[in-house]
Amino acid sequence: MTALVGPAAANFAAPKPRRYGSWYVAEHRIRGIRSYYKTLLFTAIGSPFMYLFALGVGLATLVDKNNGLGGTSYLVFVAPALIVSAAVTAAVQECTYPILTGFTWNPIFLGMNAAPLSGNQITNGIFIAVLARLLPTTLIYYLVMLTFSAVPSPLGVLDIPIAILTGMSFGLVVASYISTVEKDVGQPAFIQRFIVIPLFLFSGTFFPLAQMPIYLQWIGWISPLWHGTQLSRVVSYGAVEPGWLTLVHVLYPLGLCIFGWRRTQIVVTRRLNK
Amino acid sequence: MLSIDRRTPQGAWELRALGQGELLVCIIVPQPVIAASLLTKKYKEFAAVDGISFEVEPGESFGLLGPNGAGKSTTMRMVGAVSTRTSGSLSILGLDPNDHGPEIRAQLGVVPQQDNLDMDLRVRDNLIVYGRYFGMSLSSCAAKAEELLEFAQLADRKKSKVGDLSGGMKRRLTIARSLMNDPKVLLLDEPTTGLDPQARHILWDRLFRLKEQGTTLLLTTHYMDEAEQLCDRLVVVDKGAIMAEGAPADLIRSYSTREVVELRFGSELNASVAEQLVGIGDRVEVLPDRILIYTDDGDGDLGWIVAKGLTPITSLVRRSSLEDVFLRLTGRSLIE
Repeated sequence: MTALVGPAAANFAAPKPRRYGSWYVAEHRIRGIRSYYKTLLFTAIGSPFMYLFALGVGLATLVDKNNGLGGTSYLVFVAPALIVSAAVTAAVQECTYPILTGFTWNPIFLGMNAAPLSGNQITNGIFIAVLARLLPTTLIYYLVMLTFSAVPSPLGVLDIPIAILTGMSFGLVVASYISTVEKDVGQPAFIQRFIVIPLFLFSGTFFPLAQMPIYLQWIGWISPLWHGTQLSRVVSYGAVEPGWLTLVHVLYPLGLCIFGWRRTQIVVTRRLNK
Repeated sequence: MLSIDRRTPQGAWELRALGQGELLVCIIVPQPVIAASLLTKKYKEFAAVDGISFEVEPGESFGLLGPNGAGKSTTMRMVGAVSTRTSGSLSILGLDPNDHGPEIRAQLGVVPQQDNLDMDLRVRDNLIVYGRYFGMSLSSCAAKAEELLEFAQLADRKKSKVGDLSGGMKRRLTIARSLMNDPKVLLLDEPTTGLDPQARHILWDRLFRLKEQGTTLLLTTHYMDEAEQLCDRLVVVDKGAIMAEGAPADLIRSYSTREVVELRFGSELNASVAEQLVGIGDRVEVLPDRILIYTDDGDGDLGWIVAKGLTPITSLVRRSSLEDVFLRLTGRSLIE
């Protein structure tokens, strides 16, 4: 019997963690999410019913009476924005609190890193868990939209990946900032109140962006929420826009995803290596 | 062909019959599990660890003793292959952490200074998710978790929320977690800080058992009794540098006397009374709250002091400890 020692043994010491480490972190996070799944499930089902009912019965009646959207029902117009917004809200939550916990409140990232996992794998695992939460969230939203007849086109099923893409683009950029936070002085609440909600209101969610004064429309242009919403409207009911703009709606959130993902990896790795 | 191979934490030998009456005996000399040479970690101009060198042998229990801010935790992070050194060389289990971080960490157990258990998970699940980080299967994790919950005396709390555990229980759970991968080396950073005496003794008992099983222990502490209890050998660290190295008893013999007389005359009187004590014992140290007389005959010297008409508020003759070694080496108390 011969046991390998020293560098020769190195290649056999951690092959699984090197290959699957990101998935182990995701598995950990998903187990964590399970501890509050009842709240999430209630929100995931209750929220679309509440929004679609309120807007469909209330505001839609008023707008449709005045033919405000040139023939498109208001519910059909607003539903794509709502599913995208729901994905953004969930993604921001999952990209904020777990990272603050991991570094600041109860540094479990240090525990992960003391095991064979790297900063990149920890980041990947957190983001995989975000995806795992967004998938049922958007699926449930879409099914509720169907029950309200808010999706005329069969292509509307693409609302699900579009909402996930938009949520991830927003969440990953937030994560890249949150991962730099050394001391929690209310940054999550600030992000929610002064970034998420204003963008929700000014990204063409409840009315076309063109209705806004030109000097405010830039908010929509830089908001992944607007890009995701517009793309969702194209597939959901065939909203008309130039082809190049549709391409921008895909590329812009993708670019933000790549930026947020990579930057978070860099920050997390740097913070762990102190 | 006959071949006998024995491996222990202290070393290994191999006996092989080559035939025709020839016998080959190979003795594998144990390499240090940890070898640090001029290890340095700088943050800008500040050297948190300033060129320290030490080696830890297989199965040894080795301590870093020093006050808060001495550089112990920084050293532990470098040994734990999570913090890159600024200069010097470092080898863990024969590997350089700069090149083989994950491979080293796969063979270590780490008990950090601050428990970082996942509060969202229950006790048993904390162990299972941690085992998964090492690539263990779910069934192996579950079996190992049951075994370690018994070891940590937490079997009856396995379904509890972590937040409901006492400080000592959390610490034991953190130690259990660090053993999920059957580590070759266990790193313990201030393992009993903040625990009550009973919890400390339970923890020490668990660590003794690991030591008996041959696990190499590297621990930091600023408790001298802990260092004396747990360490075969230790280094005294201050301001990022090693002040002394040796077995606790040897260090005490080298740097202190057999006994110490502690006298309290009141904080305002200690300094003036100390002047009258010059010449008694080997040396006299004046601390803000007490006077220490280093001597080989504590009772005799105390009797002489009382006979001289000096009446302390309290007096105590005790055995010299590592605290005294530290005081001698640095001029400061460990806990300030």
